[in-house]
Amino acid sequence: MNGEWLDIGPLDQLPAMGARTLPVRGGDEIAIFRTANGQVYALVNKCPHKQGPLSQGIVHDTSVTCPLHNWRISLVSGKALGEDEGCVPTIPVKVDGGRMFLKRDAVMASVREAA
Amino acid sequence: MLSPTPRPHLIVIGNGMAGCRAVEEILERDASRFRITIFGAEPRVNYNRIMLSPLLAGEKSFEDIIINGQEWYDDHGINLVAGDPVVAIDRASKTVTSRSGRVESYDKLILATGSDPFIIPVPGNDLQGVISFRDMDDVGSMLRAASGGGDAVVIGGGLLGLEAAHGLSLRGMKVTVIHLMNTLMERQLDEAAGWLLKTELEKRGQQILTTADTAEIYGEGKVEGVRLKDGREIPASIVVMAVGIRPNVKLARDAGLAIGRGIHVDDHLVTSDADILSVGECVEHSGQVYGLVAPIWDMCRSLADGLVAEPSGYTGSVTSTKLKVSGIDVFSAGDFSGGDGCEDIVMRDASRGVYKRVIVKEDKVVGAVLYGDTADGNWYFDLLKKQEDVSEIRDALIFGQAFASGGGAGASPFDAVAAMADEAEICGCNGVSKGKVVACIKGGAHDLDAVRSGCKASASCGQCTGLVENLLALTLGDEFAGERQVKPMCKCTSFTHEDVRKAIVEKELKSIPAVMQAQHWTTPDGCASCRPALNYYLLCAWPGEAVDDQQSRFTNERMHANIQKDGTYSVVPRMWGGVTTPNELRAIADAADKYGARMVKVTGGQRLDLFGIKKEDLPAIWADLNAAGMVSGHAYGKALRTVKTCVGSEWCRFGTQDSTGLGIKTEQMTWGSWMPHKFKIAVSGCPRNCAEATIKDFGVICVDSGYELLVGGNGGIHLRGTDLLCKVATEEEALLYCAAFIQLYREEARYLDRTAPWIERVGMDYVKSRIVEDAEGRKALAERFAYSQSIYQIDPWAKRAAGEDAKLHQHLAEVRPFAGVAA
Repeated sequence: MNGEWLDIGPLDQLPAMGARTLPVRGGDEIAIFRTANGQVYALVNKCPHKQGPLSQGIVHDTSVTCPLHNWRISLVSGKALGEDEGCVPTIPVKVDGGRMFLKRDAVMASVREAA
Repeated sequence: MLSPTPRPHLIVIGNGMAGCRAVEEILERDASRFRITIFGAEPRVNYNRIMLSPLLAGEKSFEDIIINGQEWYDDHGINLVAGDPVVAIDRASKTVTSRSGRVESYDKLILATGSDPFIIPVPGNDLQGVISFRDMDDVGSMLRAASGGGDAVVIGGGLLGLEAAHGLSLRGMKVTVIHLMNTLMERQLDEAAGWLLKTELEKRGQQILTTADTAEIYGEGKVEGVRLKDGREIPASIVVMAVGIRPNVKLARDAGLAIGRGIHVDDHLVTSDADILSVGECVEHSGQVYGLVAPIWDMCRSLADGLVAEPSGYTGSVTSTKLKVSGIDVFSAGDFSGGDGCEDIVMRDASRGVYKRVIVKEDKVVGAVLYGDTADGNWYFDLLKKQEDVSEIRDALIFGQAFASGGGAGASPFDAVAAMADEAEICGCNGVSKGKVVACIKGGAHDLDAVRSGCKASASCGQCTGLVENLLALTLGDEFAGERQVKPMCKCTSFTHEDVRKAIVEKELKSIPAVMQAQHWTTPDGCASCRPALNYYLLCAWPGEAVDDQQSRFTNERMHANIQKDGTYSVVPRMWGGVTTPNELRAIADAADKYGARMVKVTGGQRLDLFGIKKEDLPAIWADLNAAGMVSGHAYGKALRTVKTCVGSEWCRFGTQDSTGLGIKTEQMTWGSWMPHKFKIAVSGCPRNCAEATIKDFGVICVDSGYELLVGGNGGIHLRGTDLLCKVATEEEALLYCAAFIQLYREEARYLDRTAPWIERVGMDYVKSRIVEDAEGRKALAERFAYSQSIYQIDPWAKRAAGEDAKLHQHLAEVRPFAGVAA
């Protein structure tokens, strides 16, 4: 329970070119994405522009387009791409034995700030 | 020959490719250092495991795939103990024990135990007829099974699985491949290349099921078939399990050596015991485990250097894969997952079935995927390994080595075309030479479209568009305006919306990857702009045949509700013609209470909108509304929105016709249809026009003598009143013209064009010529609309309420900081 990585469930629960959400009590909700190639990434589920839920955007290549105003956010760095400027925190992910794990520190980052 | 002192004894556990190669490398450096014994589990000499596939396919015999025959062992005085595997290592006494009880002591020990096939833990995985694909015995089992013909299932769509499927298919079996992921060979291929491979294999008679998860293998005593988690059953007399391999670390673990995923080794392939080395697929070096031949050869060299010569040190390998999968050339190298700063250069040649993608980062090649033509694979791999700066040849890079280095000193695209001979072919599809294109340009064709219509260059597949544009720039100099009059769909393609729609119909393209391949998309999986457009074009052109791709829909259409600025959704149930009942209102009020709607608003389209509904609650609120007889109002879609009506002749003292009744009939005919953009209808009962029909996409104004039909109105940013289409006498005619007009708009407007800008572009004369003047055409359009409606007029809420796509609405899990993760 106190490991460095948090087990958040089996990979097959995450559709390719799609996303799922992971609410964090007392902290920021996290969006977990899977690209067409099968890579998994996690971001805080808030567009740096107007806090749109990135998990609801269209995933293409390694970016997601925010559903509210079409900002394009890199899944790798969390940075806004193209003309826009801004950045959303990323959460390190690893996939092992068909399950997904998130870096505990990064998941809890927003909780600590709030406390 | 007697040695003065006995030579140290080297024991190798594993008579496979890595073990024997390590021995070869050692002998090459110092042939007399060790007395050597090799233990092998299989009762045969060393053979090339990679060649098991051609063996299965009947292209080679066992003799052809032997690497080292018995004479090699004899010539080097190697004692081969075949068919009697080592079962234990005693590090304290430095001995190994074989299964038959034979004990040998060693001075140095090499573990080359390779890997084991991974057997998925499903019921029935131990039935007779379940085979892995790892050694000669497995091939023997498959050949025996294939001799009787029948059905085979291969679980695993990676390289090994596809090779097994190919072999069994050639041996006359009907083969189904079951793959868990949505892309075949997803480690080596990106989605586009995986799709091409799948299509080609299907053409050859194999059945390929992707995103298919095996639930169980069933049968009485022996295999009879495979059942998937979605309930499908595939009959089979054999099942080949080829989902992957894992390092065989059992001996090492039992002996207490340090292991992770594989046996831990240092740069000289030495394990945690200084006298025990390890090499091949069983080792883990710097966190990496390798399953390809090239890194294993590198390891064997470093092992021999460290053991008997100058230690060189293994530093890991960059891998590339170049293979023929069932006779199809495939290559991949490096990292093709993309990412920040990575630029994709993509070239597709639909006529030759070629897909090439090179990934460049900071002017260096970081990855490549090639399908169908792998001639330049080694060149890209070389550029990648040497980390060469490719900025000079970047524009020509994708055309391959010959083009990039042969196009003149600077190899700029202009130099490249300038250097081409007049006879050189520019457009392969239409056989147009450079000379003809230049003559066409000099003859007055000053932009791409003019060249396309003038000499047909770039008018078919479009792959040579770049070359033609370079010729335009070269020939016209500053006069070349550069851009086309009509803009391409998006940055992923050089084709316009019209080009793409035409190709979808003419080339019978029925999926997004098919369009991207045929129309030479320059990105691997499109963008947020072209994917929804393609999805719509496909659904429109091939109702019932094209698969609706949820991941290419905007969130509103995926969630069947409107996203709001705080991430909640608003829900609008359909009220036919704006008419409701006390029961419906009660149900809406109850739902608003139950799901905490923070606002209930009457919309401009005569509906009630419930705001502030959570994504997770959507299926439940829909179930409640469904129970009261209401369906989705599609207030969220590029679709028919609402039919607004006034009360008409039933109540109004000015009403001339039953406008409410006609509105309801119109809505019942048109609801659920997907459109290029939102589509609004209104029916007013008299020219006072209380339903505001003159700013709708399709409006009806009832008059004493019939119905005036109006089109192309818009009350949005650019206010536009409708144009009169025509006047008809009956309700039936009004409905027919409405269906025909909608279908014309659906088939011909660009995605995200409302009717207003579309009509501005094509003109009312054109619309009238199709709808009013052409009776046959009108009927045909209406029939196509009716056919499409027979498939798509379904309530998406009912399906979701019944549990379809539940993942879209549920959280994956929840993190409770002081209690952990709850699923």
